[in-house]
Amino acid sequence: MNIWYILLLGGAATYLTRLSMILLFSRRQIPPRLERALRLVPAAVFSAIIAQEVFLQNGQLNLSFHNERIAAALAATLVAWRTRNVLLTLAVGMATLWALQMTLP
Amino acid sequence: MSEQNDPPRLAAEFWRGVRAEAPLLIGVAPFGMIYGVLALSAGMPPAAAQAMSAMVFAGSAQFITTQLYATATPLILIVLTIFVVNLRHLLYSASVAPYLQPLRPAWKFLLAYLLTDEAYAVTIAEYQRSGNLPKHSPGFFLGAGLALWACWQASTAVGVFLGANLPQSWSLDFTLALTFIAIIVPTLKERGLVAAALIASLIGVVSGGLPYKLGLLLATLLGILGGYWLGEEG
Repeated sequence: MNIWYILLLGGAATYLTRLSMILLFSRRQIPPRLERALRLVPAAVFSAIIAQEVFLQNGQLNLSFHNERIAAALAATLVAWRTRNVLLTLAVGMATLWALQMTLP
Repeated sequence: MSEQNDPPRLAAEFWRGVRAEAPLLIGVAPFGMIYGVLALSAGMPPAAAQAMSAMVFAGSAQFITTQLYATATPLILIVLTIFVVNLRHLLYSASVAPYLQPLRPAWKFLLAYLLTDEAYAVTIAEYQRSGNLPKHSPGFFLGAGLALWACWQASTAVGVFLGANLPQSWSLDFTLALTFIAIIVPTLKERGLVAAALIASLIGVVSGGLPYKLGLLLATLLGILGGYWLGEEG
C-alpha cells in the first residue's frame, strides 16, 4: 500500500471536515441532534482503541494475569482521572508496565 | 474589513494568539514526539511520517493511522477511520464559523487548515470573551494556529529521529493507549459520554477478531448510538 495515498486522502478528509461548516454554516446553527451525536465521537473512538490495545494480543482476548497492560492501563486511568496530567499519566502507565514486565515470572 | 486586516493590529493580535497558545504546547510536544516514534515503529518511511504531520495535521488521527498502517489495513478503511475520528472538527468548524464570516475566503481557507483541538480551544475562548463579532481580527487565530503547527512539526521531527534509535523491547507502542487514556478519561463527565465509552470499549474487544480493523468502526458507531440513547436528553 502506498503511504502517500493515505496522506493525500486522509489530509483531504481532515481539511474538508474543518472547512465545511466555516463555508456552509456561516449564518446557520448546526442541528442540535447532530451536535449531540458528534460530541460523543471522541469518547467512543478513543475508548474502542484503548480497549483493543489493552485487552487484545494478536486479535485474541487476553485477560490473563500475564497481560501486564491491564494493570498499567488501570493505574494510568486513575492518574488521568485524579490529576488530568498527560505527562504524569504516561509516566505512571509506562512505569507500571515496565515494573510488571521485569517482576512477573 | 480594512480595520480587521490593518497590519499593526494583525501583528499585535498574532502575538497575543501565540502567547495564549504557548502553555498548551507543553502538552502537545510529547504527543508529537510519541507520534514520530510510533510512525517509525509502524514501518513508515521517515519522510512520510514527517509529511503526515503537515498534510493531516491531526494528532489522534495520525496516531490511529500508524496503528492501521502497521496492520496493513486497506486504504479506504484507513481514510474512513481518519474521517470518523476527525468528525468532531465539524463542531469546531460550526462554532468558529460566525466569527470568521466577515473575512475574505483566503482567510477562511487558511484558518480551516489550522483548526486543531488546541487552537480551537484557545481561539473560541478569546472570541467568546471579547464578543462583538465585526471587530474580530484573524490575527489571534492565526497566531494560536501557527504556534501549534510549528510545535507539532518540530516535535514530530524529534520523534522521527528518536524512533529510529529506540529498542522494540521498551513497549513504546503502549504509549498510544496511555495517550488516549490521558485525553479521554477527564472528559467523561456525563452519562451519555460514559455510556459511549463503555459500549465502544466492550464492542471493540469482542469485535477485535474482525478483519481490517472493522471492529474499530463498528465499536465507534455503536458507542455513539448507545451514548446518544442513554444520554441526558435521550
